[in-house]
Amino acid sequence: MTQLPLRAQLASALGRSAATLSRMTGRGDGSVIGGRVGLLLEPDLLRKLARDRKLALISATNGKTTTTRLVTSALLELGEVATNAFGANMPAGHVSALSQHKGAPYGVLEVDEKYLPEVLDTTGAGVVCLMNLSRDQMDRAAEIWLLAQKWRRALSGKPTHVIANCDDPLVTWGASTAAKVTWVAGGQRWKEDSWCCPECGGPLDRKDADWACRECTFHRPEPQWAVDDDVAIDPNGERWLLDIQLPGAANRSNAVMALAVADAFGVPVERALPRLREVTSVAGRYTTVERDGRYARLLLSKNPAGWLEAFDVADPQLPIILAVNAQGPDGRDTSWLWDVDYRILRGRPVFVTGQRRLDLALRLDVADVPFMLCDTFNEALAMQPPGRVDVIANYTAFQQIRSEFGRAV
Amino acid sequence: MPSDSALRIVWIYPDLLSTYGDQGNVLVLERRARLRGIDTETVHVRSADPVPETGDLYLIGGGEDRPQILAAERLRRDGGLHRAIAGGAVLLAVCAGYQIMGSTFGGEEGQPVDGIGLLDISSSRGPARAVGELVAEVDAALNLPTLTGFENHMGVTHLGPGVKPLSKTLVGIGNGDGFEGCYTGHVVGTYLHGPALARNPALADLLLSWCAGDLAPLDDSRYEALRQERLAAVLPD
Ligand SMILES: [Zn+2]
Repeated sequence: MTQLPLRAQLASALGRSAATLSRMTGRGDGSVIGGRVGLLLEPDLLRKLARDRKLALISATNGKTTTTRLVTSALLELGEVATNAFGANMPAGHVSALSQHKGAPYGVLEVDEKYLPEVLDTTGAGVVCLMNLSRDQMDRAAEIWLLAQKWRRALSGKPTHVIANCDDPLVTWGASTAAKVTWVAGGQRWKEDSWCCPECGGPLDRKDADWACRECTFHRPEPQWAVDDDVAIDPNGERWLLDIQLPGAANRSNAVMALAVADAFGVPVERALPRLREVTSVAGRYTTVERDGRYARLLLSKNPAGWLEAFDVADPQLPIILAVNAQGPDGRDTSWLWDVDYRILRGRPVFVTGQRRLDLALRLDVADVPFMLCDTFNEALAMQPPGRVDVIANYTAFQQIRSEFGRAV
Repeated sequence: MPSDSALRIVWIYPDLLSTYGDQGNVLVLERRARLRGIDTETVHVRSADPVPETGDLYLIGGGEDRPQILAAERLRRDGGLHRAIAGGAVLLAVCAGYQIMGSTFGGEEGQPVDGIGLLDISSSRGPARAVGELVAEVDAALNLPTLTGFENHMGVTHLGPGVKPLSKTLVGIGNGDGFEGCYTGHVVGTYLHGPALARNPALADLLLSWCAGDLAPLDDSRYEALRQERLAAVLPD
């Protein structure tokens, strides 16, 4: 359906063959390299590929990949959907995703928080879904207050329909310049980055889920959608049992956000929800891998808020393996480990590995959490009794473990 | 132990300045005090609340530009920290918190913003962000081992005659003039995260000893393993 000019068609085709090569040589999911080749040849390619499609952009600090997957599943009710399913969430990844599904009338794109203004400008997406903002990879990521400010500027004056989590004050502030906002009470577990009013810097007073600035008029908007434990409440007040297979409160929140996005595309809850229930794992997240009778469930968490979500999912009855790296995508500064409260792990057998295991070892030592230090993930896994074990790893540590098991999905 | 004999740690404005794991400095101090039988009592002072004057050891951390400006305004208006320091309390100020202690620092657009004047330093915005591991030799008068940590800032800090450099940089940028941090009396400023006291337990003990006198040695093998790994990662062979 998208008729591309010749130069753009060539750029897009070359990008696809680079992606195939990257997958064939086992170097990755292929989603970034293909897009990069394409963008080099045709900088305006993304704009052209996005034209005439109905697009949703999904952005947040945490849960982007999962929510993108959930929304994609729901929109499959309408027809073919182009999506960057493997988390390649910068413009190169978007080009790759859209050129692999030339005829798809719908697109669901996970977008890095920093790139949201640029991608929104380029694609003119009709729907944007914003879930949460918290501290993340401080040595390279933009500061989040500044980031929310850029979202405000990008959304201002556009006809975009935003679906935003009104339980997160910074997201609310970032979304509130949009012409149309559907507010979702999606919950907020990590509150350490939102004690101050983003508008004026005054203290935010909180009572249950509600919040309001003590010094100015900025306050929590009235939500149209809400999550209440395992139930989604729609704008008519109707309650829907979620019963999704992805575990944890964060995913129930992601699911309600996805239902609200689907609704914006005209897919009602009764058609969207069964689609969400089909999703069992997302690019290796929540999947269980097996070796020699050890069943390891893989949880990804990249920052303090993400660890809080992973602890919510992890089974307190099971041993747990923690793996931490500090390569480029993880952030090279491990200071964030000290923002995570590890005391919840006291009493469980804890195994520590990853390239920065000594940082984590000291962190646990100071928190008075006993652990075993292991040189490799394989060593940690081999030390387990047969049965189940939970694994929490940050980004590159997670990808290394996934590779060990044939890039488990 | 009754609370009037406990070591009182005051963490200033975690709601504004704590985005870089600086909570770790609090945790390390608490842990190292308790392992020596010193009870601790930590107060987290939010920016809408007054800073108590009766603390023993004050900590302030790093953060974004806008919260930094807000924190400086509120500390100046509040005056509690000034009175505590005048009364002999110990202070560790990190990164944005370090810059605030001087006469001026660089704001969101590089504009000069008034600091709170507790240290004879002034900061401005540098040409590029200093990001990465830092290694420095501490001023001999303090008798501390090599300083290690992670810096992430855009500041250049000029030291006046009222302070001494904390250390001389071997790797990294620090103040921007070949030195990292500064100190005077019982006030220490540094750009280091990591957090600073987790990477440098001897510095933690120096601060504690200023409050509690001589300290028994601890088993520091976990700290030492991390220090050696970090130093080896950035120092030439
Ligand atoms: Zn306000």
